[in-house]
Amino acid sequence: MLLKGGDAVVEVLKREGVDTIFGYPGGVALPLYDALYESGIRHILTRHEQGAAHAADGYARASGKVGVCLSTSGPGATNLITGIATANMDSVPMVVITCQVTTQLLGKDSFQEADVYGITTPISKHNFMVKDPKFLPDILSKAFYIARSGRPGPVVVDIPKDLFFANIEIDDIPHLPFKGYNPIKEGKSADIDIVIKALAEAKRPLLFIGGGVVISDMSQTLAGLLKKTNLPVIASLLGLSAVDHQYDNYLGMVGMHGTYAANMAISNCDLLLAMGVRFDDRVTGDIDKFAPNTKIAHFDIDPSEIGKIIGVDYSVLGDLSWSLPQVTDKAIVMDISEWLQQLTNWKTEHPLKYNKKDATLLPQEVIEGVSDILADDAIVVTDVGQHQMWAAQYCRTRTPRGFLSSGGLGTMGYGLPAAIGAQIACPDQEVWLFVGDGGIMMNCQELATASEHNLPIKIFVINNHGLGMVRQWQRMFFQGHYSASKHYAGTDFAAIAWAMGVQSLTVKKKCGLKHALEDAKNSQGPILIDVWVEDDENVLPMVAPGAPLTDMME
Amino acid sequence: MKNTISVLVENHPGVLYRVAGLIARRGYNIASIAASSTEEENITRISIVVDVTDERELEQIQDQLAKLVEVIRVVNMTQIDHISREMALVKVNAGEEHRADITNLVSIFRAKIIDVHPDTMVIEATGDVGKVNAFCEMMSKFGIVEIIRTGEIFISRSHKRLIDN
Repeated sequence: MLLKGGDAVVEVLKREGVDTIFGYPGGVALPLYDALYESGIRHILTRHEQGAAHAADGYARASGKVGVCLSTSGPGATNLITGIATANMDSVPMVVITCQVTTQLLGKDSFQEADVYGITTPISKHNFMVKDPKFLPDILSKAFYIARSGRPGPVVVDIPKDLFFANIEIDDIPHLPFKGYNPIKEGKSADIDIVIKALAEAKRPLLFIGGGVVISDMSQTLAGLLKKTNLPVIASLLGLSAVDHQYDNYLGMVGMHGTYAANMAISNCDLLLAMGVRFDDRVTGDIDKFAPNTKIAHFDIDPSEIGKIIGVDYSVLGDLSWSLPQVTDKAIVMDISEWLQQLTNWKTEHPLKYNKKDATLLPQEVIEGVSDILADDAIVVTDVGQHQMWAAQYCRTRTPRGFLSSGGLGTMGYGLPAAIGAQIACPDQEVWLFVGDGGIMMNCQELATASEHNLPIKIFVINNHGLGMVRQWQRMFFQGHYSASKHYAGTDFAAIAWAMGVQSLTVKKKCGLKHALEDAKNSQGPILIDVWVEDDENVLPMVAPGAPLTDMME
Repeated sequence: MKNTISVLVENHPGVLYRVAGLIARRGYNIASIAASSTEEENITRISIVVDVTDERELEQIQDQLAKLVEVIRVVNMTQIDHISREMALVKVNAGEEHRADITNLVSIFRAKIIDVHPDTMVIEATGDVGKVNAFCEMMSKFGIVEIIRTGEIFISRSHKRLIDN
């Protein structure tokens, strides 16, 4: 079938199963937008390209499908960069289509020209600049294959405008060779047997669950393993939604703001089964004192993660959807009651805690309030900062892919557009967003997008009138110098929301919370609740950056 | 410790930029890098000499390179029997009083004089990196005007091709 370039792009998108894309048009993108017109593909017009990138990310994380976003050349494309880097750090499958100036104008500093290939090379899983129209269909479908296979990630396809007018054959097409790209699905079962043997001999084993378990959709299998073995388990930020938080031997999140029990467990276990994690510095603390007398077994799909941060004793390469069922089958039931008792003691002696005040709301109370009324399949989205850590600590998510957060890159402004993407991917599920008064302002224009599509996102602005996490560090490590971390001009977020057609209310006193929670729960459209909380509350416990995990401030 | 790595990549536009960018942003210490076409039209071969502190760092470099979508194969040549060569073009001060000495050294090192100017000579020296270093050292006492080196390239002694291994 011979098609015009723009129609060829639309046809390939349809063949890849794409029904929704997020984007923003502009000069050189117009031919592609013309092909999208009445194409049957739903296009969500965000109010800023960064919003489109994060929305595609939220869509992908919530659904497991490849998220697609689209922009024009130059500034349109550079506005996507933060979203691409965010997805890259957290292994989110995305295809990013950027339109480019015509081939004849390339490299001439033309109007709205930016070297998208050069800019996105270090922050994407892979990227393409299409110069020969006959390769366009192959490159676009390869982009989907690369984005979703192996360790997922964002793939950028940069398409010069003139290609949209070329006549392109899309069925009998030439292929670009990719001899070296053979993602591992199945590793060696013998590697698993070695770990199982070590597990049988371990006295103090511990499971450490990361985002890889979510990506591989292995939460059910993990639950089976836990039920069979009673193994204690901890999670990284991105692994939180993979673990049943009601499980008796679940110890919570590990790391800088992890629970006492989780940090003590990882520091005292004798065998750590690390699954789909990458030993981020926010998890390990001082790497030389991390899990000192522990044998580490690392399960991952990406060979370059093995030994990147820490030397491991055993490695199992392969997709967790291949390895975890085998571990579950082969693991034997062991008597680890003494170890479990120790962990339970740590858990009961050092629970997460905060001291409520009479009048002022504490941020933790707001998050617990939401946690109590979440539907079982609700999706919780966070922005970045203190509220993100409190959400990780106090908000029990009950469904896999039910906790979306920018982990690796820590992108402020991620939350609102990601929640939009999640709600569009999962229209029948509740989507709750926690965001700070700093982060909401970074992409607050997307309230208009939520309003336009009447997306019933429940937005809680945890308002401490400034940059809470920055202030916490300034209190702890910079003699309380609040350098550039207070918002002196009060912003009326309810009025901003109202102006964009989003229902809103402000809660300044404790007594208003209950009512606000009910309003949020029952809202049929987007609702923003600006909750004024204590300004100077700290996220605790905390391990100072670079300190060992056992040095906890409680 | 110095290690030699051969990388076979798809001959796509921008692939060298990709490999060099990875090495730069991950902070690896590169002694030399050389890229060229091969017996296969679609494959480029990149020879890299890296300076690493330990085995783990070396493995990381190899794994990170292998992770690039367009990288077909990464081989640590240090572990296999191989031959390495580098070429240098040395422009050296060669006034009349030194010409005989220089010519003599060129002959000892089995190098080649490829251009002569009244005041200078250009010499082509080929060999393993030790020999090229030694030759440049000997030339330095006459005063080197400029020098250019290709970086080391290496090939295995096995009858097999790297791509077929």
